[in-house]
Amino acid sequence: MSSTTAAPGRKAAAKPASMAQALQRAMRDAMAEDPTVHVMGEDVGALGGVFRITDGLAKEFGEDRCTDTPLAEAGILGAAVGMAMYGLRPVVEMQFDAFAYPAFEQLASHVAKMRNRTRGALAMPLTIRIPYGGGIGGVEHHSDSSEAYYMATPGLHVVTPATVQDAYGLLREAIASDDPVVFLEPKRLYWSKADWSPDAPAAVEPIGRAVVRRPGRSATLITYGPSLPVCLEAAEAATAEGWDLEVLDLRSLVPFDDETVAASVRRTGRAVVVHESTGFGGPGGEIAARVTERCFHHLEAPVLRVAGLDVPYPPPMLERHHLPGVDRVLDAVARLQWEA
Amino acid sequence: MTIQEMPGSTAYRPSPPPAWKPRTDPAPLLPDPEPYRVLGTGAAARVDPALMRTLYAELVRGRRYNAQATALTRQGRLAVYPSSTGQEACEVAAAAVLKEQDWLFPSYRDTLAAVARGLDPVQALTLLRGDWHTGYDPREVRIAPLCTPLATQLPHAVGLAHAARLKGDDVVALAMVGDGGTSEGDFHEALNFAAVWRAPVVFLVQNNGFAISVPLAKQTAAPSLAHKAVGYGMPGRLVDGNDVAAMHEVLTEAMERARRGGGPTLVEAVTYRMEAHTNADDATRYRVDAEVEAWRDHDPIVLLERELTERGMLDDDGVREAREAAEAMAADLRARMNTDPVLDPMDLFAQVYTEKTAQLCEQEAQLRAELEAEAER
Repeated sequence: MSSTTAAPGRKAAAKPASMAQALQRAMRDAMAEDPTVHVMGEDVGALGGVFRITDGLAKEFGEDRCTDTPLAEAGILGAAVGMAMYGLRPVVEMQFDAFAYPAFEQLASHVAKMRNRTRGALAMPLTIRIPYGGGIGGVEHHSDSSEAYYMATPGLHVVTPATVQDAYGLLREAIASDDPVVFLEPKRLYWSKADWSPDAPAAVEPIGRAVVRRPGRSATLITYGPSLPVCLEAAEAATAEGWDLEVLDLRSLVPFDDETVAASVRRTGRAVVVHESTGFGGPGGEIAARVTERCFHHLEAPVLRVAGLDVPYPPPMLERHHLPGVDRVLDAVARLQWEA
Repeated sequence: MTIQEMPGSTAYRPSPPPAWKPRTDPAPLLPDPEPYRVLGTGAAARVDPALMRTLYAELVRGRRYNAQATALTRQGRLAVYPSSTGQEACEVAAAAVLKEQDWLFPSYRDTLAAVARGLDPVQALTLLRGDWHTGYDPREVRIAPLCTPLATQLPHAVGLAHAARLKGDDVVALAMVGDGGTSEGDFHEALNFAAVWRAPVVFLVQNNGFAISVPLAKQTAAPSLAHKAVGYGMPGRLVDGNDVAAMHEVLTEAMERARRGGGPTLVEAVTYRMEAHTNADDATRYRVDAEVEAWRDHDPIVLLERELTERGMLDDDGVREAREAAEAMAADLRARMNTDPVLDPMDLFAQVYTEKTAQLCEQEAQLRAELEAEAER
């Protein structure tokens, strides 16, 4: 099912829209198209979710299709597993990254494994939406970057949009997928805007493909989600130093697009991985290893990582020291052994 | 500064909420003070003789199945077998009260319930033989995969029953868990969701006295596990889990209640795990033989056989027929389990995702090359 193709013959005016609006519209369109799509979570009904991403869904589709559940994440995801076993297509909202942890057993032991352990008899067409990452001044337990836990769990797809267009397109594809998708929403980009037409949303690359957001020749910044705007800004600033940086948006951490990543690094010969997640045991280590394995003879310098500090997520007044910023990215670029 | 003290906010006076009062009268939800029994009581006069003979045959078959599976473990044919010996009345009754369209959510100790439900015994043992995880199509037989992580299958039962009800289908889910499992968070969350959603689910707790080695006294301070139901606003029933007639009656009532839209029920079956936790366990380290021996007189087969014989509902021929049928099942199981399963290592990659990722394709090619090299040696 191609969910992201613009409706033919429909002239749609592109207007500024936020990522939050695009995500809401993706669920709304999916629910209108497919009666088996059910949205469930804490406060997703009358309130529309704490970030208002499910705004209006309960009103339009009724409480049986957009359900305020009891406050228990393992129960929510566990019930969603049973609903999927009966042929529904649940879209679960976890209120915040760190609040999703109680559901981890259901995710790791059942959601991720059900297809495999039943030889394909029971698919898990679940989407688990999780607002993640920091930068919004949240108090503790509201700003974790938990992607590495999910990446290390075979059976899950791990997807994260960084643009308004991708927010719609990737979420539609995630909901339509017969595989479980952990859909990580960069919460500090919820209010970022782009020209976008809700009635004829632009087609986007499918899950599993990385996209070059800014072509360049000097080095590749490999990033995703909340760090994409940081990298784009760094790339603009780098032109003053004479560096022409390529910025790659992974979009999907699982499946991982080795092909696009390696092709970019072979062109540029240098790479920096940028993410908010902690560096030790974080996605950057896996990505750097994969790049090195594939591009060793093209590399002019070791693959570097710019990541969050290896500390519990800081209190809001200190979080700016944790988050990779433009300067930290440029410092890493400067260390890519240019003297040769 | 409070909001009342803020300039211009003098009009802000939220009205007090209505006085709190209990939403449900807890008394009708409370379980009986003693486990409900039929066999050996006046209520036994009411039982359906044909049903009892069927249940008797199932108990005898179930006991033989447990013995055969345990023997297969000793012979190295099963990796492990958590036996339900002594608990056959619970297993058999759970399967017997299900209609064709209903779903069973078993734990790892409930292979017998799955077999009693009609699942092929060899398919039921796939997990424990170790040639795959789930050996059957759950939707075909309406039996969820045997669940190893404790109590995690309970919210699945709730979600499935809820989905069926939303669709307007006449489906009830029966979910099985042990006494240890009631300490898990998923037990609590499942019961709460089921009650709030009025989902057509029956929760059957087999209180067999032990969670591996830990006795119930270290597991809970509740008056009984059935009492936990009251906290969720559903009825709790306390039953003698070795009395198959009582089990069948109580579970049937709970299933009918769920089917009528009356919501979930929690049933605690008091029984005893006659064997160790599994063949890998040593029960002598934590319980005395005298305790086990005391339960032999309260064995589910002994109880039913005694009652049916006294009432003239079962004669020697009936007993012999049941035993012969059980032996035939065991012989068939033995024969089929004494062959080596055919394994294809490429299956490892087949159903991780709908489509193999590029990385899995690489790993598959690597394993294939390894196997080819191995074959040439």
